[in-house]
Formats: sequence, structure tokens, C-alpha cells
Amino acid sequence: MSEGLETEVKTNPQGDPITSAAPAPSSQGGRQDPHAEAKRQQEVSPEYMFFEAPREREFITGSEAAKEAVRRSNVDLSIAYPITPQSETMQLIGVLYGEGYVKEYYRGEEEYGVMSAIAGGSRAGVRCFTATAGPGTLRGLEPIASWPGHRLPAVAMFTCRVVNAPLAIQPDNIEVSYLLNCGMIVFHAENQQDLFDYIMKGFIISEKNDVTLPVGVCCDGFFVTHARGYCSMQDRGLKLPERDSWRGAVPVLDAENPPARLSRDAPVQKSNFMAYNIHAVWQQEVWAAVERSRKYIDQYMGGLIETKDVEDADVLLIASGSAAAQSREAIRMCKDKGIHAGLIKVKSLRPFPTRELRQLCAKAKLIVVPEFNYVGWLAKDVATAIYGYSKAKIVAGPHVYGGMSMPVEMIFDEIECGLTGKKSATVPSSAIMGAVDQEAVAHFMQNI
Amino acid sequence: MSLDYVKFTPGFGKFMPKEYRDMVEHGPFGKKVSVSQVGTFKEILEEHPMCAGCAMTLFIRLAMVAFPNPEDTITVGTAGCGRLAISQAAIPFVYGNYGDQNGVASGLTRGLRLRFGDKPKDVVVMAGDGGMADIGFAQTLHSWFRKEKFTTIMLDNEVYGNTGGQESGMTNRNQVLKMAPLGKKFEKMDMLGMAKVAGCAYVATVVPNNPRRVESVIKKAVLVAREIGPSYIQAYTSCNIEYAIPTDKVLEDAKTVETDRYKFTEYITDEAKEYLSQLYGYKEYLPKPAAAVEKQ
Repeated sequence: MSEGLETEVKTNPQGDPITSAAPAPSSQGGRQDPHAEAKRQQEVSPEYMFFEAPREREFITGSEAAKEAVRRSNVDLSIAYPITPQSETMQLIGVLYGEGYVKEYYRGEEEYGVMSAIAGGSRAGVRCFTATAGPGTLRGLEPIASWPGHRLPAVAMFTCRVVNAPLAIQPDNIEVSYLLNCGMIVFHAENQQDLFDYIMKGFIISEKNDVTLPVGVCCDGFFVTHARGYCSMQDRGLKLPERDSWRGAVPVLDAENPPARLSRDAPVQKSNFMAYNIHAVWQQEVWAAVERSRKYIDQYMGGLIETKDVEDADVLLIASGSAAAQSREAIRMCKDKGIHAGLIKVKSLRPFPTRELRQLCAKAKLIVVPEFNYVGWLAKDVATAIYGYSKAKIVAGPHVYGGMSMPVEMIFDEIECGLTGKKSATVPSSAIMGAVDQEAVAHFMQNI
Repeated sequence: MSLDYVKFTPGFGKFMPKEYRDMVEHGPFGKKVSVSQVGTFKEILEEHPMCAGCAMTLFIRLAMVAFPNPEDTITVGTAGCGRLAISQAAIPFVYGNYGDQNGVASGLTRGLRLRFGDKPKDVVVMAGDGGMADIGFAQTLHSWFRKEKFTTIMLDNEVYGNTGGQESGMTNRNQVLKMAPLGKKFEKMDMLGMAKVAGCAYVATVVPNNPRRVESVIKKAVLVAREIGPSYIQAYTSCNIEYAIPTDKVLEDAKTVETDRYKFTEYITDEAKEYLSQLYGYKEYLPKPAAAVEKQ
């Protein structure tokens, strides 16, 4: 796209997003095929798409980045249901359906119905995408939590927002904590570029034979979905190979395979009762598949984490999503003030980068885990992962929630307090682990 | 193509279990079978863990005999007694979450149509009254309003049988059951009326004691769902345990209930009539010759 055109459309905030259906050039009269451009898309290998294909940079919103990712992902079925701040994403997928980039699309009845239908589509052997947010995630959680056990590849995007009462639509990523224990793969996107990349790579990782699991791509609502950022994207004439449904770890239900009889052949069930040992083995296998996805995350996403200035750093910030973006600024502020701080951005929450964190945190003196939620789900995972591998003091905070923003100074204050022993203005002493009041820490660990 | 999955890979047949060999050699796949031939071929549902005298099991068995293309049929269900039998059948069965069957079937049907185009892949939902009229109500109704092309069959035993006999929306008024200690306080839900309002192209009620009729409505419902739109069958499949019907009186009860309040009804749109008569030779739906003469 030329610079001139980009600038022109960008300054039209009330108009269609720049990536919506562009009118086809009508050099000859008569009706144009609205699917003409989609039909010309060429399939390329994931390796070419991710590592070799030339990219162009555009300044777009997170919703538009998700749309552009889906455009290039050869998606068969997408099901939408509106909820703020996700609505724009799924209505843009509707535009893609109109243009023929997505083959089937409809607006479902509510999230339980949508997530159930995604399960049906994935079982039919087609590539499925949906997105939801906050209360929608929780409404759909029963079917979502069953996707991994049914070994259903799909990508679902979660544009996190408040879920608790009193109801609000503000950014808050508490819903991620509910997704972490489903058995699905969970990525957390920092910005528009991450969202674009993680969705496309998510499809490929999700459909690997030894994975065959759904992938959840989370981002912090509004900060990523509604704000614009630079996003480098491959030509829209390229798309990933279609889903090869024969490759799954379990047969798809297309009546082209011998049927697996749930009750007799598995044998998962007998009469009314689940054989407990079979169910136990099944759960182990789901989580083993999560583990096996590590090598593909390394291969396609360059690892479960991304680091900045961590070499010999006294202070490490460990963050995911928008908190990672704010932490980048915080380490810059530290540098100005002569403190050597580094950043570990956690890209993949499931599988969790336990090995990587143990190695990187071994010599750190202070670890600060800023989060956009009250409970501190990331801090708890970090502390569990590095316990016994690091003597660092771990600050579970600062936390903002319910729509608060996280000023860079807020993170910097925690670094300063952590290093000097000064009392923090926002993080209670019970949320500071290591070299402090153990009783208070025990209280924190029991209550998050 | 799909018939291949019920054949053996050359050389492997003799190693397969006898039951599997029987299914391949004497099963209904790729043949036209009817309920009058039961006993002469191996049915896709034989063993099951259901209670003695269960009318629901008889109905499910008959329904499966009636499937026009069993080798290309996928069943979808939810928690309840029915799935204990359905999941034993030699055709694929999706057992997802509570009340999700019509949502799953929507995605499944659309996905299969994307992959296989016009080649029929029949999706048949079979779930209980609780799963359909209560917990799965929204998804059931919305799948009909969206005109999803699959068949929905309610196994209506008018009670939550599998969880031990609680009131459902399809229980009759005043019936005393668990969770309805003083008797149910509202009417049996009119799912047939709702099916028509929501746009089902074929709606029928049956009881299992008339196998030919069961066969007839199931065949029509599945065929109509292929091309015309959603179809709904509501089958009275009594729970002899919770309603204390003696095992040898189950069919008698079905007959009584049929006469009393579960009469055979059939609703079919003109479009579905034309489709069945033109494509599948259903003479009963051909335009009346006399009327044709009048027009001339």
C-alpha cells in the first residue's frame, strides 16, 4: 500500500477501517465478483509466510490486525457474537466473509452457542476462528474448557475486559486466569503486531499432529483492540495452507473414518460412569500435548518469552500483554536513573516458560511482576516456577484493574522500593515474596 | 468414499473382532434396509446399558434403522439416558457439553458442507426433553430460526431420567416428580408449535410402538434437512422407571398415551412436499391429479 493512500485513509476515523472491503477497480462495466481478490490468493508454506515473505508496515488497530491475520489464514468457519471490546474484530471478520476470504460465517445466539458451534466446526475438520471478551469468555467457558479434551484445533481470541460485578467494559485481564487451566494453549499479545502474528501462528501450532489443541490468543481490550500500532504484514494475496483434517491426533467426525465409539472402543465410558483411570490418562495426554507445543512455539514464535536487557540485570520485570509494553518504558526510565533493569516478556502462558525463567532469574536480585488484574495470576505462576532457583525478592505488583491505566512511574516506584526497602505505596508487603515477612507472603499465596 | 471406512484394509479382515466383521458383512451400510427386515441384518445399535423395557432404546434403534444413509450419518447428543445407547452405535456420535447439541450440530453441518459440498452428510441431533427444551433451549430454537440443515429428534420421556427423575419443561402439569414435590405448576412446553413458528420444514410426533411410522418420519425428516431446512421429531419415549410403568406394559402405555395426548401429527411445508415427491418419489405429496385437471 502506498504511503499516500495510507495517510489519506488513516485520517478518516469515522470512515470504514482502512482494511475493509475496498471497491474493486471497475475498468469494465458490469458486476464485479466480490470474491475475485480472495480467489486469487495463493497458498504458501507457513515457513515462507512467517519468515521469508516480504512485509509492509501499516498503522492499524488490534481488531484490524486480527482481521488481516484471519485474511491470510485460510479460515473456513468463523462465528461471531458481539461484546465490547471484541465486537469490531468479529464484524471485520464478517467483512472478510463478504469478500470471500472466510468461507462460512454467522452471528450466533450467545457465547455458549458460539463456542459449541466452533466445536462442531472443528470436529467437521475445518479451520475455525472466533473471538470474545470478558463475560463472553466466561459464558462460553464450559464449551471452551472442553475443546482441549475433545482435541479440537481452533483459534479463539480473547480481548480481555472486566468480568466481575459491578459490570464494566474496562480493560482488565482477570479472564486469562480462567483460561490457564483449561488445557488449551494460551498466548498473550502485547500489541497489534503480536496479535497479527500469534493468530496466524496459532493456527499452525494448533493443528500440529502432536498438539491438536485449541489456541487462545489474549490481548488487553482497548489498549490493543482499539488503539493503533504499527503492524508488518505479508501481502494479502498470500494465505496459509488449508487445514489438513486427516493430520489430527483424533479422527474428525466426517463419517470418512471408522467411528470411535465413546462407550465401547475408547473405552472412556461404561454405562453411566467414566472409567476414572481412562479420564486421568486423557487429562495427562492433553497436558502432554500442551508441553509438546513448546517446540513449535520455539520454531514459529522464537520462543515462549522475549527478553530485553536481561544480561546481568539486577532487576527483572516479568510481564505479559500490555503490562509488557509499560514495562519497556519502565526499563528505559531505569536506565536514565542508572538502574540496570531488564524485561522478560512472557508470550506463551500455556505452556509456561518455566525452564527459561529459572535460567534467566538465577542471578536477579529483584523481580517485579506488573499486571492488569487484581489477583496477580502471572506473579503466582512466576513464583511457582522459579521457587528454589532464584533468591530474588519477587514483587507481585503493581496491579491495576477495572480500567485503570498503569503509569510507567508506578512500575518504577516498585523497582525503587524493592531495591531500597522503602515501603511501597501500592503493593502490600504481603504481596512481596522473598527476604520479607514470610507469614505475610503465606497469606498472599493463599489468597490470590 | 465414506463406504470405504466400513471395509477392511486388504489382509486385515481375518484379524478383526467377529462383531466388526459382522458389521461389515451383514450391516446396513450401503444397503437399503427397513424395519420389516430387522433380524436379518446386523443393526448399528445392538448392545446398550439401558434399563429393561426402555421405550427410548426401542425408538433409538428404530430411528437408526431408518437413517437413509447410515454410513454418512453423524449423531449429536447431550447428557441424558439417550446418549448411553446412541454412543454405543457403530456410527459417529458427538457427546459435547450440557445442552450444546444444536450449537455443535450447526458448526458440524456447516463444516461438513464446506468440505463435502452437495454430498449428503446427515447430521442428526438426538437428545432428551431436558437437554432440548430446558438447558439447550436457546441453541435449539436459534438453530431452527437460522434454518440450519439438520434433523433434531427429541427423546421425550417427560422427565430427567438419567439424573434420577426430576421435573422437566416437557413434564405434564400437576405431575409430581423430584423437584416438583407439589406437582408441576405449568404446562408441558409446546415445542411442536415453536418448531413451526421457528421455521422447521418438517415436524412430526411419534410413539415407538408403530415401527413403520417411526421409520417413515425419520426418513422424511433426514431427507428434508438435507436440502430444505431444519426438521423436528418429537418422540414419546416413556421412562418406565420414573413413571413406574411395568416392563411388559411399556408399549401398552405408549399406545394409551398416543391415543390420549400424543397423537401422530405431521407438519410439512409445501416446499418440502415438492422436494420429497420430486426427488424421492413420495407419491403422497404429489399434486392431486384432479386439481391439476381443474387448472387445465
